Amino acid sequence: MSDSDFETVRRLQQERNAAAAAKKGSKNFDPASQRTNSTKASLTESFDTELYDGQNGNKYAGYNTSIAVDGDGEVEDADGGKAVGLVGQYTASKAQLNEFADTGPDDDNMMMSREKMAQVQSRETDYQKRRLARQLSPTRADPFAADGKADGEGYSYRDVMTAREIEREEQRVMRIIAEKGARGEDENGKEVEEPTLAKEVDGGESGSTPPAPAASEKKRKRRWDISTEPEPETNAETKAEEAKPKRSRWDEAPAPGEPGKKKRSRWDQIPSVPGAQSGNQVAATPTQTSRPTIFNGDMAQRPGFITDEELDLVLPGPTEGYEILQPPPGYEPRHAVMGSAAPIDGPGAFMAQEPERAMFIGKTLPTDSIAGVGELSFFKEEDKQYFQKLLVDVDESTLSVDELKERKISKLLLKVKNGTPPMRKTALRQLTDNARNFGPGALFDQILPLLMEKTLEDQERHLLVKVIDRILYKLDDLVRPYVHKILVVIEPLLIDQDYYARVEGREIISNLSKAAGLAHMISTMRPDIDHADEYVRNTTARAFAVVASALGIPALLPFLRAVCRSKRSWQARHTGVKIVQQIAILMGCAILPHLKGLVDCISYNLNDDQSKVRTVTSLAIAALAEASNPYGIESFDDILNPLWTGARKQRGKGLAGFLKAVGFIVPLMDEEYANYYTDQIMEILMREMESHDEEMKKTVLKVVSQCAGNTGVTATYLKNTMLPHFFKCFWVRRMALDKRNYRQVVDTTVDLGQKVGAGEIVERVVNNLKDESEAYRKMTLETIEKVVASLGVADINSRLEERLIDGVLFSFQEQSVEDVVMLNGFGTVVNALGERCKPYLPQIVSTVLWRLNMRSPTVRQQAADLISRIAIVMKQCGNDQQLTQVGKVLYEYLGEEYPEVLGSILGALRSIVTVVGIHQMEPPIKELLPRLTPILRNRHEKVQENTIDLVGRIADRGPESVNAREWMRICFELLDMLKAHKKGIRRAANNTFGFIAKAIGPQDVLATLLNNLRVQERQSRVCTAVAIGIVAETCAPFTVLPALMNEYRVPELNVQNGVLKSLSFLFEYIGEMAKDYVYAVVPLLEDALIDRDQVHRQTAASVVKHVALGVVGLGCEDAMIHLLNLVWPNIFETSPHVIDRIIEAIDAVRMAVGTGIVMNYTWAGLFHPARKVRTPYWRLYNDAYVHGADAMVPYYPINNKNNEYCNRVELEVFL
Amino acid sequence: MADKLRAQQQLEALQARYVGTGHADTTPFEWISNINRDSLASYVGHPAMLEYMAIGMGVPREKARLQFLEKMIQPVGKPPETQE
Repeated sequence: MSDSDFETVRRLQQERNAAAAAKKGSKNFDPASQRTNSTKASLTESFDTELYDGQNGNKYAGYNTSIAVDGDGEVEDADGGKAVGLVGQYTASKAQLNEFADTGPDDDNMMMSREKMAQVQSRETDYQKRRLARQLSPTRADPFAADGKADGEGYSYRDVMTAREIEREEQRVMRIIAEKGARGEDENGKEVEEPTLAKEVDGGESGSTPPAPAASEKKRKRRWDISTEPEPETNAETKAEEAKPKRSRWDEAPAPGEPGKKKRSRWDQIPSVPGAQSGNQVAATPTQTSRPTIFNGDMAQRPGFITDEELDLVLPGPTEGYEILQPPPGYEPRHAVMGSAAPIDGPGAFMAQEPERAMFIGKTLPTDSIAGVGELSFFKEEDKQYFQKLLVDVDESTLSVDELKERKISKLLLKVKNGTPPMRKTALRQLTDNARNFGPGALFDQILPLLMEKTLEDQERHLLVKVIDRILYKLDDLVRPYVHKILVVIEPLLIDQDYYARVEGREIISNLSKAAGLAHMISTMRPDIDHADEYVRNTTARAFAVVASALGIPALLPFLRAVCRSKRSWQARHTGVKIVQQIAILMGCAILPHLKGLVDCISYNLNDDQSKVRTVTSLAIAALAEASNPYGIESFDDILNPLWTGARKQRGKGLAGFLKAVGFIVPLMDEEYANYYTDQIMEILMREMESHDEEMKKTVLKVVSQCAGNTGVTATYLKNTMLPHFFKCFWVRRMALDKRNYRQVVDTTVDLGQKVGAGEIVERVVNNLKDESEAYRKMTLETIEKVVASLGVADINSRLEERLIDGVLFSFQEQSVEDVVMLNGFGTVVNALGERCKPYLPQIVSTVLWRLNMRSPTVRQQAADLISRIAIVMKQCGNDQQLTQVGKVLYEYLGEEYPEVLGSILGALRSIVTVVGIHQMEPPIKELLPRLTPILRNRHEKVQENTIDLVGRIADRGPESVNAREWMRICFELLDMLKAHKKGIRRAANNTFGFIAKAIGPQDVLATLLNNLRVQERQSRVCTAVAIGIVAETCAPFTVLPALMNEYRVPELNVQNGVLKSLSFLFEYIGEMAKDYVYAVVPLLEDALIDRDQVHRQTAASVVKHVALGVVGLGCEDAMIHLLNLVWPNIFETSPHVIDRIIEAIDAVRMAVGTGIVMNYTWAGLFHPARKVRTPYWRLYNDAYVHGADAMVPYYPINNKNNEYCNRVELEVFL
Repeated sequence: MADKLRAQQQLEALQARYVGTGHADTTPFEWISNINRDSLASYVGHPAMLEYMAIGMGVPREKARLQFLEKMIQPVGKPPETQE
């Protein structure tokens, strides 16, 4: 059992204790106030409780001290969901109850340190954590090596297969043992438990014992009962898991010499082995990675584990009526193993470890002391074991070449993993460049263990995976012996929750398979196909799918066929089919050319004698059909019959798969067949609708929506037969509680609605809008919203319309948590009804106004949002009076202090202004705008965006309602907006500058903007430059250019650059108008293009580009050639931004003056003796060639060498 | 280095798409072959130009076209002997 499992079990046990204690009303262990996190717990806790116990005996007696979020459910989850509660559950399913118990990142994660939350494992499920149980396999031999000889070193295929065989055998034996044990336990179990039970009774009677541990005994017993039940396949594993928590924690390292002694006094032993476990943290092996807890102050000296002796001190002992249990047979305490690896006796050794241990304390660890690495951005405890060699100073001259190499790699990896971004970049580059020198062995031996580290964080994993990716590219087929090792660490990425991790994993595996070749990939992964562990098989199947997509399906097909028909083990067949399923999921419609082959591959397995194989086959067929939709029915012809009979014969889980497969194949069929099959399948569907199985429910919903889309299924049929049953089974409150069911039901209902019409659906669900369950109301409104949005309200009669509005209003008012679903629903319904809303508007408006008055900010925000959605309908209904009224109310609310709400209110005002028009607006604009000016200073993005939008609209439509001075004031406020992070805000601000300049003339605005060019922030300057460009565009360039060019004379770099940038935007915006201004700006550009400053020339080049593109074909060639002469020498720039701008400028000039002329500049350097010259010239040549190869033909140089072929004689034809 | 690598990849992509593009190691022979092929393709591609040249060379247009197309195989003769 790995450490994580151990920790999990331990923690869960503690939680169980806590829950039990809380239930009994105990004051001893209150999970609400105490941590249940085992790694940190229990040094102080029992002291505290004792302290409090003494004071007020039964303070909480009779109270429920905590309400567990998910009660008993968690206890059962801990056992992998296999346990069955003693008391049956008659409430909603566990998944539903716990849905919110463990989703929020903020409930128990709050307790977790940030550091821990970043770790990959913190968000992994138990299943995903099984990756940690895998081990790096030995290096494999490479039978496909280029030199033809399979070198003796490394595992051969035969070795691996044998090893797997042994593993399977071992598991089989373990299972038998476990089964035997389970059977025998009925007799023995009681005997074992009895003493503790007796103790418990004793303790209870005497009243002196705190009941918590007793309760835990009870729990434990229960779990023993349960453990006999799990399905046989995982029995062995479960047994192993179950076995461990049984031992008591403080006994896990029995004192040497007296292992079996029951009644020893623990107090005697304390001095005998103090700190026996303390010092050996240093010798941590890669698998042993628990992080030592860091306390402050003197506690920092503590090692990570609480030793048994410490526990003895802290926890109550036999004197208080407790007993220390013996570990179950076969259990080997982890710490003892470590102890034996590096035995340290007595306290003296403990002291000797002191200086070394100082390195352990993360905060004080001197990162810069690592020679030759420099300042890292962080260095974790766990890193130490991997980079241990770097921490020791050695004389590098004494090392051998291999050691030096190893050290070098180690350093580079550390830099990549923990370094600052620039460090990472160079280190990664060095690793890549020298990959072949280092050799695959040295590299992977260091990288892969790092990736196996449990406490790895996302970022670190990403970087290490990146390293692998890069070196794979370089190593190519040298990588072969390490393929399996790499797969072991990369495969878990394929089932990661994070999409990008999955993509990353796929990329690596696909590169790997390209580097190693198909044959090697197959021989490497073949042994894993019937691996004893389901986790390994699952990930292998996914990896194989990636290999198939990388190397092509046809190449893999023969192998797949063989695997799917394997006679030796059903696991192999299962995995084979799963590979096909994964291929379909991964590749989508790309499987179409090979569909027939894939289907043939798995068709036999539909009749497999293992039900698991049958199920996965039906799921694979479903995936294939889904991927190939709407084509490829002919490929499924052969299996239709078995599938169909299967669907009739099967029951339960098997049936779900078959139904799903049929459901996905039916849409591929032509109409006639589809109708027949739909008709047939409906029977089964109707029957299974009542099923209580979650999986079946989901399948039924999916198939129903598939079938409903079928042309053969008539609306009448659906209405008469399907709908009543469907609504009875699925439109129940319970369905709204689980998110996935909720979504499925909504989608399916909407799909049905497409056939039967909006009226029918709305009619059936509208009453639910007044249901008492909020989730159910939400589900109803979402359905109505979707149906109405896609189908309109034409078939909703006036009576229904009344009920609908009534229901919507009710559910809107009754929401306890303001939800966007409600808002959207309301908005959509009102907008869809349009003028039909008129009679209800007064009521709606009064509701909204009333809610605008509520104390809760979210209610106000939602009300304001609703106004912006229905304003247009209010206008349509002719309720201008009301609009004005609402506008006035909103105006009063401009003092709102919650920025989110203020933003919404501004948005509502804006939509009213839009609908009513600037001039009819009440309150009048000249009152409104001065109120907005101070709001512009608000820092909140939503407020900024909405204000600027409103102000911009006013500036655009009715600038005359406000005087010029007010506009100038707004201009100043707007300058700040140019710094906003959100692009939308900056863009709106820039546009507003244009409107204002148009309204009050450019002079004042321009002066403001030009002054702003002097500020420090780059972004602000850039935006100012854009604004100047916009002002020039709206007010004609001649109003702006003189002032702008004058500004260039300010001897300040920032200003000059800003001017150039403005010019660049200006010419970009004015386009062809540029022809009148070219000659005016040429002298300025001359000056700029010969400036010393690179950036200066770069910006000037971008001006040249925009000017040149503006004047194409307008007769300014002379000026352009002049500018080209000045730009040309810059082609030798190397800075990427600069050279890009220069090349762009030359391209633009080529457009303006024609290819021939610019090519004359180019010929000179194409075959220059210096490569440094040739390279940029060829770049220019290539650009010209791509842009206009044909245009170059007349201008190619005439070759007057003495070679008759070299001259293009045809061109000399003259008539 | 990363930039260099990217530039290299971009150039390769470019070259895969446009045979006529070159780089610092393009030999004059390759280049001249390319410009000749481009020229011939251009003559064939502009009917008016082809007509004009055919009249000038005194052959039917189709013949001229065929001639140009055949010439594109080795427009400037065999590649020069390389001395190792």
